[in-house]
Amino acid sequence: MRKCSLNSLQSVFGKIASSALLYLPVDSADGRAVFSKWDDGTPLSNALNTVRSPKDFFFPQTEDLMRFKTEGKSIEVIDVREETEDFVVFGVRACDVKSFDILDRVFLAEPRDSYYASRRDHGVIVSLACTRPSETCFCSTFGIDAASPAGDVSCWKTESEMFWQANTEKGEALIKKIEELTEECSDEAVKEQQEKTARIMKKLPLAGLNTDAFGGGKTEELFDRPEWTELSEACLGCGTCTFVCPTCQCYDIKDFNTGNGVIRYRCWDSCMYSEFTKMAHGNNRLSQKERFRQRFMHKLVYYPENNDGLFSCVGCGRCLSKCPISMNIAKVMKKLGGE
Amino acid sequence: MQKITKEQLTEKAVSLLRDGTVTHVLGWSAGEFDYDITPAVFSDEASLRKSFVWNDFCGANFSKYLVSKTRGIEGKLLVFLKPCDTYSFNQLLTEHRFDREKVYAIGIPCEGMADIDKVKAICGDGISSVNCDGEKLLVQSIYEDAPISVSPSDVLAERCVNCKSKKHVAYDELMGEDGDVLDSARFDEVSRIEAMSPDERFLFWQNELSRCIRCNACRDACPACTCEVCVFNNPRSGVENKSPANNFEEQMFHIIRAFHVAGRCTDCGECSRVCPQNIPLHLLNRKFIKEMNECYGEYQAGETVGSKSPLTDYTLEDLEPGEVFDRGDINA
Amino acid sequence: MQVKEYKPLIVAFCCNWCSYAGADLAGNNRLNYPAEVKIIRVPCSCRVNPMFILRAFQRGADGVILCGCHPGDCHYTSGNYFTRRRMAMLFSMLDFLGIERERTRVEWVSAAEGAKFAATMTEFAEQVAALGENKRLEDLRCKK
Repeated sequence: MRKCSLNSLQSVFGKIASSALLYLPVDSADGRAVFSKWDDGTPLSNALNTVRSPKDFFFPQTEDLMRFKTEGKSIEVIDVREETEDFVVFGVRACDVKSFDILDRVFLAEPRDSYYASRRDHGVIVSLACTRPSETCFCSTFGIDAASPAGDVSCWKTESEMFWQANTEKGEALIKKIEELTEECSDEAVKEQQEKTARIMKKLPLAGLNTDAFGGGKTEELFDRPEWTELSEACLGCGTCTFVCPTCQCYDIKDFNTGNGVIRYRCWDSCMYSEFTKMAHGNNRLSQKERFRQRFMHKLVYYPENNDGLFSCVGCGRCLSKCPISMNIAKVMKKLGGE
Repeated sequence: MQKITKEQLTEKAVSLLRDGTVTHVLGWSAGEFDYDITPAVFSDEASLRKSFVWNDFCGANFSKYLVSKTRGIEGKLLVFLKPCDTYSFNQLLTEHRFDREKVYAIGIPCEGMADIDKVKAICGDGISSVNCDGEKLLVQSIYEDAPISVSPSDVLAERCVNCKSKKHVAYDELMGEDGDVLDSARFDEVSRIEAMSPDERFLFWQNELSRCIRCNACRDACPACTCEVCVFNNPRSGVENKSPANNFEEQMFHIIRAFHVAGRCTDCGECSRVCPQNIPLHLLNRKFIKEMNECYGEYQAGETVGSKSPLTDYTLEDLEPGEVFDRGDINA
Repeated sequence: MQVKEYKPLIVAFCCNWCSYAGADLAGNNRLNYPAEVKIIRVPCSCRVNPMFILRAFQRGADGVILCGCHPGDCHYTSGNYFTRRRMAMLFSMLDFLGIERERTRVEWVSAAEGAKFAATMTEFAEQVAALGENKRLEDLRCKK
């Protein structure tokens, strides 16, 4: 483990940014944290987390897949893929780091998604341990320890110092780069912080939330539960929960007619939308109740069924704070879990 | 603190259910943390007593729910309406969007709703409970031993700071006292932006609109947006899109949405309340309201049922489109 | 090397009954107006909804002008009165968003006003040319 003082953090950032693009959570004008590119002196936000999740770095809301250009009767197909620049995302919280495992299983399974894979290959994730979780946090429900985040490099921030620990080869390389600016140290201070955070985690209002009622093989048990009607009653059918979610990975592929050709692009889609996966015969989920159920069944039953029991929720709490009608996965789990 | 209590509302709802006046109650259902309140339809006394809630975080405008929740029910639906909700209620009636016979509307006074983001700006994250019963909000955080006392006026939602009316314009029954139409400063921010140079205005809106993630929450919560299929969801419209692919798409969506509700928007502020990215969308609607008031005479959508909006009306002497920019004498 | 002179692209929505006939008359009388003006015929100026205007800008227009019958002369009695209000509101919203107000215009042109049509188009094209390319309401995807 290595450390640097917070006073020298900017020079460490400068060192990292000298060979790769560096992104970190920055306070925006309206007081919320946003992942932004680091420029000389850009201060790190103190906020617990960003409104938009860091999945945007690997799976952006829109991206062009290919282009077609028409000239007379010929069509030219243009590959728009470019080699991704190396980049580092600093300050990713433990929950969001876990979300990349979930996305990887979708995008890196055969057939590999080359667009996503290229960004994963060139991206280095530096996580940052939480010390002041919010009441909406429930990462521990999914076995995530907010105080010891994964990622290529893990960081812990104390009053005056930043501690760095490499976990992967990519992480080792990054630590090597900043070797001169950091010093070897013991992990005592980190251990102390972890214990303190663990005590806070136990006090969180959602600390008791558990996944016992969910997981692979529970489809028949849960699908026709009468509670779905009540839970989905007020759902507006907007896409807020899916778009702020770090693990939602559904997308649509669309063609945009530019007037002299076509851009084939993909963009996030939401199972909450009435036209989601619309096919020639029409929609396959006709009511909001069915769409609502799909979202939560996917996260809590279908995904674990296909992925060795891994739930596709990381308990980041974004949907808890952003849903216009305050309906969310924690309420669903409590209701169906028999509370 | 609200002037009417949760107990009064619950007893009212229970008595109306018991005597058969209504069969369902559209109300607020308690959440995990006192502030995450979900609209719900109650149909029995037990569930009302268990989960019905009324406090400073009951901001959701129920009027739009009447469109879907009055469909397919026997009997009447009881709805509690805050003053601003009653304007949307009338506007929806004007547009024949729900059956008035199926609704029993109770007007309830509102002292303004709190914005949880403002509470968190003062008290920090980790709020375990908020007590709204006294003069001050008592906010308990997991990081503090004693609750933090917050004045409601410091955490009032923007739309409530600039409340346009405490008067109920529609109800079957009123609980508590009716208020008055207020002289609000709601157009001040619009005027401030108007006074900027075009370049500044462009930058201001670029900065705001570029945050849009096109979740459609503004549209889906809007009581004026009640199309069965929105033009932006209809593949046959030619403009259907799911994402803010670039600046143009962001501008297009928000200009067109504001235009589609122009003259029908009651300025309830739901769009800005629900925006996960805190975009001040209400300013677009207020701009239209301000312009229409100045050019075609004062008009408040939803003030009466059946009124004609400025954009479905005309006079022979209207301003020419080129003249709206230099109408000095109108502003004077 | 020859530098290509910048010519703005103007989209003119013309109502079938007056303005389109006005454009016809301009042509019959051999009156000149800029070739960059592309006319789209609509049944009534009232047919033009705000989306049309925005879409024209998206597809590369630098200026959009809407021409209809003079107030009082609408073939459908009152269409242009609604146009007048709608466009006044739309233009003022575009201005609110910082988009140059000189890029949009409404003009009433009757079937007998060929000369006015040509003069209006010439003058509008000059006004838009002075502003340069439309950058604030452009869709870069359409420019490639």
